Order: sequence, then C-alpha cells, then structure tokens
Amino acid sequence: MAEQEEHGAAPHEQEHPSPAKYILIATYLTLITIFEVAIYYVTALEDYFLWIFLVLSALKFYYVAMFYMHLKFDAGIFKNLFIFGLVLATFIMLALLLLFSIII
Amino acid sequence: MTNGTTAAHESHLATTTGLNHRKLLMWLFLASECLFFGSLIATFLLYKDASVVGPYPHEILNIPVTSTSTFVLLTSSLAMVLALAAVQRGDVVSGRFWIFATAFLGATFLGFQVYEFYEFVIHGLTPKTNVFGASFFTLTGFHGAHVTVGVIWLMSLFFYSFRHGLPAEKSLDVELAGLYWHFVDIVWVVIFTVVYLISSLEPAAG
Repeated sequence: MAEQEEHGAAPHEQEHPSPAKYILIATYLTLITIFEVAIYYVTALEDYFLWIFLVLSALKFYYVAMFYMHLKFDAGIFKNLFIFGLVLATFIMLALLLLFSIII
Repeated sequence: MTNGTTAAHESHLATTTGLNHRKLLMWLFLASECLFFGSLIATFLLYKDASVVGPYPHEILNIPVTSTSTFVLLTSSLAMVLALAAVQRGDVVSGRFWIFATAFLGATFLGFQVYEFYEFVIHGLTPKTNVFGASFFTLTGFHGAHVTVGVIWLMSLFFYSFRHGLPAEKSLDVELAGLYWHFVDIVWVVIFTVVYLISSLEPAAG
C-alpha cells in the first residue's frame, strides 16, 4: 500500500471558498426556499408550479453540490462520477414513469 | 476570495490515479445512492395518486412545518462546511463546535420528522392505510434513516475529537462526513419539492 504523504494541495483541486462565501450560499438557499413556499400560496401561478418548483429545486441542488460538496473545486472525475449516477437515476425514474403511464 | 483552507492541509495518498481513494469511494457510494433514492422517488410518484381510500397527499401534507424542517437541514449544511473550513485551518475548537451544531440541527430535523409521522398516524395515515402512505413512509423513512446515520457519524467525530483531536491532516475524515451530510441535504431538497410542494397541490386520482 502506498504511503501516505502530505502535499500543499492536490494537483486536481482548487482552493475551497471562504466561510463568507459559504454564508452567502446559505443566504441564497434560504431565499430560494422562502420564495418556493411563498409561490406555493399564489394560486394564480398554479399552472406553472411544476416547472417553477423544478427549476428552483435544481438551483438549490446545484449550489449545495457545487459549493458545499466542492464539486466545483475538486477533481473532475468526482463531478463526472456523481453526474453519471444522477443521469442514470433520472433515466430509471423516467423509465418507471413511462412504463406505468404516469407521464405521456 | 479564498482563504487557503483548501486541501492545503489535507493528506493525500500517493495513488496511481493521483486521487484520494477514500474520497473516490465516497463519491462512488453517493452516485449509487442517487439510484437508490431515484427509485424510491419514482415509486412514490407512481403510487401517490393511486390510493383507493384516503387520506390523500393534499389533505394531509403540512407545508409550513416541512418548510421549517427544510430550513433547519439547509442550515445544518452551512454548519457542516464551516466545520470543515475550521478543521482545515487547524481551529479544533471551532471545528468541534460546528460539528456538534450540524449534528444538533440534524437531530432537530429528525424531531420534525417524528412529529410529522405522529401527526399522520393520528390523522389515520400509516404505511398500511393506502399506497400513498406506504410509498411516503418508505421514502421519507429511508431519508430519515440516512440522517440518523449522519448524526451518529458526526457525534462519533465530535467525541473522537476530544480523545485524539482534529488536526488539519485529519480534515479528510470531516470532509467525507460532510459529503455524506450534504448528499442527504440535496436528497431532501428533491423530496421537499416532489413530495411536498408538487404532490400536495394535485388532486387525488378519481
């Protein structure tokens, strides 16, 4: 087994954000959640709820995965591995929903 | 702006890939977890409107309570990254504090979930009531189980830090716990949208 050694930084990685940036991201996430819940009670927008909620949810997902999980700064293979899992999961969901005629 | 708390203090294995294999394994595990939760969410979507008896989703889901628990879980993710940043810069006391804060917020989220489950049972929804109940409790129950594992993991790190400290060279231990924690958080982001916001609006199938 290879010996453990210390480096200044891994060759595939960039510096992580500062705590101030983390707090800024948390503010974004909170505002998006408040916006989601507020929109939920606006019945005039009911026809667009599905898409509005999906976009806002994807935005929150992006912020957490990219900044809190450091995918934006870590080696690309981690990002690709995770995206592969996500895409496969999406296909499984779509296949199931199509199979049972929930969509289309 | 960056603070230099990156992988600067992290220890890396001299592997053939140049990547840390523990981290690689964690990402592989999280990718497989996407399939697990994707299947559970799809199953919920199949069954949520297929119940022949109530209660139905729009009759029972409590958006204000779940919004609050969602906020708590999102806040715990902030505490988690602050814990990692503190450990990476060698600030053990802050790191320990934020790890405990993360676990505490996670436990609070679980408290909300227990309250919600209790309320549902009081209103006649159990896993055996209808297919909505079965798929709902399976999905949110598995998520709750993941949060529970996360809380135990974090508390283990917290107590470990008193005996062995949390030096910057050990920051990968915190980072791996953090990856798991954030994953649980983003799964909840999806569940909150699909199960609560979207499902509670739709009328039950006739």
